[in-house]
Amino acid sequence: MKPFTYEKANSPAAAASAAAGRSNAKFIAGGTNLLDLMKLEIETPSHLIDVNGLGFDKIEPTSDGGLRIGALVRNTALAADARIRRDYGLLSRALLAGASGQLRNKATTAGNLLQRTRCPYFYDTNQPCNKRNPGSGCAAIGGVTRQHAVIGASDACIATHPSDMAIAMRALDATVQTARPDGSIRDIPIADLHRLPGDTPHLETTLTPGELITSVTLPKLVGGTHIYRKVRDRASYAFALVSVGAIIQRDGTGRVAVGGIAHKPWRVEAAEAEMPHGAKAVAARLLEGASPTKENAFKLSLVERTLGAVLTEAKG
Amino acid sequence: MKFDTPATTNPIDQLKVIGHATSRIEGPLKTTGRATYAYEWHDRAASAAYGYIVGSAIAKGRIASMDLSRAKSAPGIIAIVTAENAGKLGKGNYNTAKLLGGPDIDHYHQAVAVVVAETFEQARAAAQLVKVDYTAAKGSFDLSAGRDGAAKPPGRGDNQADTTVGDFPGAFASAPVQLDATYTTPDQAHAMMEPHASMASWEGDKLTLWTSNQMIAWTTGDVAKTLGLPKENVRLISPFIGGGFGGKLFLRADAVLAALGARAANRPVKVAMQRPLMFNNTTHRPATIQRIRIGAGRDGKITAIGHESWSGNLPEGRPETAVNQTRLLYAGENRMTALRLAMLDLPEGNAMRAPGEAPGMMALEIAMDEMAERLGLDPIEFRARNDTQVDPEHPNRPFSQRQLVECMRIGAERFGWSKRNAEPGKQRDGRWLVGMGVAAAFRNNLLMKSGARVRLDGQGRVTVETDMTDIGTGSYTIIAQTAAEMMGVPLDKVVVRLGDSSFPVSAGSGGQFGANNSTSGVYAACVKLREAVAQKLGFNSAEIAFTDGQVSSGNRSVPLGQAASGGELSAEDSIEYGDLAKTHQQSTFGAHFVELGVDVATAEIRVRRMLAVCAAGRILNPKTARSQVIGAMTMGVGAALMEELAVDKRNGFFVNHDLAGYEVPVHADIPHQDTIFLDETDPMSSPMKAKGIAELGICGVAAALANAIYNATGIRVRDYPITLDKLLDHMPDA
Repeated sequence: MKPFTYEKANSPAAAASAAAGRSNAKFIAGGTNLLDLMKLEIETPSHLIDVNGLGFDKIEPTSDGGLRIGALVRNTALAADARIRRDYGLLSRALLAGASGQLRNKATTAGNLLQRTRCPYFYDTNQPCNKRNPGSGCAAIGGVTRQHAVIGASDACIATHPSDMAIAMRALDATVQTARPDGSIRDIPIADLHRLPGDTPHLETTLTPGELITSVTLPKLVGGTHIYRKVRDRASYAFALVSVGAIIQRDGTGRVAVGGIAHKPWRVEAAEAEMPHGAKAVAARLLEGASPTKENAFKLSLVERTLGAVLTEAKG
Repeated sequence: MKFDTPATTNPIDQLKVIGHATSRIEGPLKTTGRATYAYEWHDRAASAAYGYIVGSAIAKGRIASMDLSRAKSAPGIIAIVTAENAGKLGKGNYNTAKLLGGPDIDHYHQAVAVVVAETFEQARAAAQLVKVDYTAAKGSFDLSAGRDGAAKPPGRGDNQADTTVGDFPGAFASAPVQLDATYTTPDQAHAMMEPHASMASWEGDKLTLWTSNQMIAWTTGDVAKTLGLPKENVRLISPFIGGGFGGKLFLRADAVLAALGARAANRPVKVAMQRPLMFNNTTHRPATIQRIRIGAGRDGKITAIGHESWSGNLPEGRPETAVNQTRLLYAGENRMTALRLAMLDLPEGNAMRAPGEAPGMMALEIAMDEMAERLGLDPIEFRARNDTQVDPEHPNRPFSQRQLVECMRIGAERFGWSKRNAEPGKQRDGRWLVGMGVAAAFRNNLLMKSGARVRLDGQGRVTVETDMTDIGTGSYTIIAQTAAEMMGVPLDKVVVRLGDSSFPVSAGSGGQFGANNSTSGVYAACVKLREAVAQKLGFNSAEIAFTDGQVSSGNRSVPLGQAASGGELSAEDSIEYGDLAKTHQQSTFGAHFVELGVDVATAEIRVRRMLAVCAAGRILNPKTARSQVIGAMTMGVGAALMEELAVDKRNGFFVNHDLAGYEVPVHADIPHQDTIFLDETDPMSSPMKAKGIAELGICGVAAALANAIYNATGIRVRDYPITLDKLLDHMPDA
């Protein structure tokens, strides 16, 4: 771990401007991912801005019938909230499918969205990685790729986004609200928060320097049956090979977002038009243009089969 | 004490203490955090500095240059040791690759430096500043590519690379029912909780190492050899070990680097190997490719059985002896086994829980299931028809005890085997395809010389000292039970001290030989102490009873402690073995039963029930034995379903080198586990009449799962681990 300076922010604007004023500052909240990465010198911030004192720990109704989730609401609290469980079951189930009880107690809503890939080559500082060291190359391509992306990847990076929660947020059409160094706030649809890797896999989100997530808003409830199905080699505490988050209405229409297959939560609205026609049709549209490796090609049929099981379950 | 005739009745047979389900005597120390592990001897060396290991970034080649200048000027830095400044180092008898690499590099993450600083964080930060330029060389990292070039390794004793009996090729060719199948097992990691850790302190040229090690005498010798010290100048202390599984049988880099770091820093140094280094720096269970051929008559009798195994290792490394069990487990007049070894530049392959049999049984017991199906026989019936009470290679050599068929029959009844649908893919429970599988369990029983010292004080308290280790197995407890039984005292009158090189040399912990041999060594020492007590108290009769803290003969009864009223009595002895293992084959047997479900849509596999039935001689403590067996069953589930060191075949390293990437079963993966121990004593094994159990528990488990997966789905997977991607394309429509 490299030496770093540390401050506690007392307002979102101050936090944002403190971050913008330095070349290599990071916000820290739960620290469940950042601290691990700092110990391994994968992340080497020179300055940490602790945002834990900013409040942002409430879940409040919005005027249009949705819920605003403070950026610092811990994953455990969010998953257990009665309104979330009743009206946004998908989110609660996705949260509980991720990590462990201890980690969820510490991890925050914003931090979960911003967690970094678990690509093993990203974690091994002996290996080239365009995410860790832009321009150095990608050791995963041509290497061990069973866990890696099958769609939306690039010649520079085939990493996946590891979050379960983000899959639910994507299916729910959440909106991320931020504070910027100039004091302004902006709303970012969750669909636009995460980037595909392209030539710049080190840029994982569309947040600008110093921009701080302050809350995530869920739109008014959408009804339907909420199912989060996470497929993994062992029964708990493992990242998804594939996960399917779906909201399915009585008439067979609905939404679906998929995890474990791309650099961001994967949702193709056009594919959802096929939902009444079954999993095969949806998967075909959803995975159009996929370019898996030999080791992870199974994820394509796994998405289809898992979605099929979800649709069957929804019919109940 | 020489053990060269079968055991007769002895004080152990009283079973007043031995054979009882006794909780671990050191348990409260562990559950309250008072058991001192290698990294925690704060009171012995409060001034200890911290060492952090730098691992090689390449798998094969040379260090072209090292630049330590930035690291040396980092805050808190005390010393940096590399091969260049460490002085001349030897290599331990039990090591394949050097523990401090450079300039030549033998494998990925081989240690190339240890950075010593005032704090752990400073050492870690400075280690990142060590700049190493490498000249990489081309290496061989792919076992399947190296298979054809694999050589016949040198034999060791009775374990020769090639064995043949009768005419295997002829008998196999003419067998009416045949199986010729190839199976693979991956590289696996011990992945124990406590990392390799050591703390070193020098006084002049005398070294004390607090470490975490299974084999104190081996490692003391290898420390001396590596550092060029006389053996008597090395003291190893390792009373508590947070898991080993064979990973801590040997001297490893943590101990060498702590010693070198302490010498350079001129103060005590401690080193805990960082988790991401453990998988490539240390040893692992090597991958195998196994070809099995079985020929049988339509009567279900095996006429030909052949087993070949290919594995890889570094130069001077040994093969994984995956054919061991096939020489002994089933009858058949025509037999062959062969081991071949490919030179690979991956990290060192070596022992992991049940080396040989664990991966061997993973393959053989699928083959037996496949063969039973071809014969139209129930897999238990097929095994029963090929049972043998003699060593099939040497029919005049009986097994000392062999209750394989009993294990299978009793298990079948307890598990409800008759409810299994022999036709695969037919049992459905909601979204789950449900299947049952069975496999034999087999592991040899090994006899090793083992010593102990027993002391008696005036309060009648008995203290046992031996360099035996407790790697979480229960050694403390069964040794205390042995001494209590022998000396006629309650357990709380016995103190057990383990894991210190100043104590008599024991068998150590490995190869499931620890329990039987170490307690037999304690037995031998206690026999001597009993004689000394009798003499001191003036008993002349041969009929002396040691019971309830009293020594009695005829009408005379004297408190045991009185023998030590004039000063402590001490006796030391070892158990040594004669030829009983040559005249009788000593093995342990069992049967593993598994029921599991396979998700019809995703092919996720989840275990529902497990049962192990074991026949392994006298069970010294059913509670600690059960813990060993259910732990081994859990490890078998890992081997079947998820454990695999993923090899990057371009760059030559295990990619998933942490506990996030190398998945082992967690609580949610392990269902109810049941164990049954058959009532058995084996007078050929030792005065304890016990045998090993800890490795029997893993042998066959993975195959039982594989067979259950087949029963559930009709899909036969011959490549471990059996992950859902290997099933998915063959699954029925959900």
